[in-house]
Amino acid sequence: MNNNQTLSLTVNGVNHVREVPSRMNLVDFLRNELKLTGSHVGCEHGVCGACTVLVDGLSVRACLMFAVQAEGCNVTTVEGLANADGSLSPLQAAFHEHHGLQCGFCTPGMLMTLQELLQEGKMPSEDEVRERLSGNLCRCTGYEGIVQAALEVLNRHPSAGRDQ
Amino acid sequence: MKCADFQYHRPESLAQALRLLNETNDACLLAGGQSLVPLMNFRLASPKNLIDLNHINELNHIKIVGQNLHIGAMTRQRSLEYSNLIQEHLPVLKTALLQVGHRQTRNRGTIGGSLCHLDPSAELVAICALTDAIMNTCSLQGRRQITSSNWALGLMTNALHQGEILEYISIPINEPSHGHAYVEYARRHGDFAIVAVGTRLWLGLDQKISKASIVLSGISQSPIRLKIAEIALQGVKPNESTWQQAAQLAQQIPAMQDEQITSEYRQHLARILTYRSLESAYQMALSSPRAQA
Repeated sequence: MNNNQTLSLTVNGVNHVREVPSRMNLVDFLRNELKLTGSHVGCEHGVCGACTVLVDGLSVRACLMFAVQAEGCNVTTVEGLANADGSLSPLQAAFHEHHGLQCGFCTPGMLMTLQELLQEGKMPSEDEVRERLSGNLCRCTGYEGIVQAALEVLNRHPSAGRDQ
Repeated sequence: MKCADFQYHRPESLAQALRLLNETNDACLLAGGQSLVPLMNFRLASPKNLIDLNHINELNHIKIVGQNLHIGAMTRQRSLEYSNLIQEHLPVLKTALLQVGHRQTRNRGTIGGSLCHLDPSAELVAICALTDAIMNTCSLQGRRQITSSNWALGLMTNALHQGEILEYISIPINEPSHGHAYVEYARRHGDFAIVAVGTRLWLGLDQKISKASIVLSGISQSPIRLKIAEIALQGVKPNESTWQQAAQLAQQIPAMQDEQITSEYRQHLARILTYRSLESAYQMALSSPRAQA
């Protein structure tokens, strides 16, 4: 494996410089190199959404992006959501409150997809929330708790996520 | 699965990309990666060289040039979705785009990537066929134009020559339609459509159709224009049976089949969706301020 590249990027506010194989995708880089194992690897072909992270504020499938493509980018993972004192972000707290997770595998991706919506600062309808979540699969909850949690936060704090 | 090893290249100009494409063996161009990377992860594609086009600014633009809208091949689907120029001059593109994948894939996916990958039911490919788009390509030998009807050579096979890159798509906007629709059937929202039908209608006097443009995708290896119905609709003040007749014409087109979906079912969808697409486009046209009373 000699096709290595130097990669320099910011993840959750921390700068990193690493040598990585070109073929390593972003989610494997986050998990295996940076040990940020919150982002999950589900299908590895862009269907399940478990690996969703924000790259420069926009949600992406981290299994469909090579780590070297994140050169110079600002990446936010689920580990970047909670406050510095460890208290949960509004979305995380609402997931807890509304039973928005059972096994938890899809949760990091769900949270990052919703974090992007939260940062847009709109007050979305239930249909809009469901449409936005259509790219993230959950096999436990039936989505009800997730949608309730999302609606509560998005309609209670239209600007709550903007400063993150 | 993890993809095979490759050498990564990151050109910053089209000229540099063309040189790389010419100098390397077994190279693939990486656009948004929303189709190519899954293929690489499945090892259906294992290029030795990957040329990343994401840093070529000259391939990322939406602008009006004369009577045409020019869209750079690396323009992201998200940029198209939020573009005022698209909303104003080519609203059918936005209607279709909202059915392309999900937010996360539109944030990365590009129009050029979609056109080059050429999935049989890809919305953006169908819209280019619907709007008589021209693909403008570039190689070290020079530039070339390819009409949308000549763009697909076969299943997922575009008309690019070796060493050629899709530079921008040019879509005529001198004649804005009065009504449009893009309706599709997919198992889940955002999935690949099984069949989709796009329509643009222009109205003349007395609510008669002066011109129609209809495209079917998911029926054949690449989108098909329903020319026979387009001609039949000219000069007609439509009623329910008009749409039924056009829908019958759509159903008569031989459809492909696979392990999951029979050709009969695709033809059934072609009929239903053509009816809905035409009716919906006509309703929009009737309320368009630009249509003549």
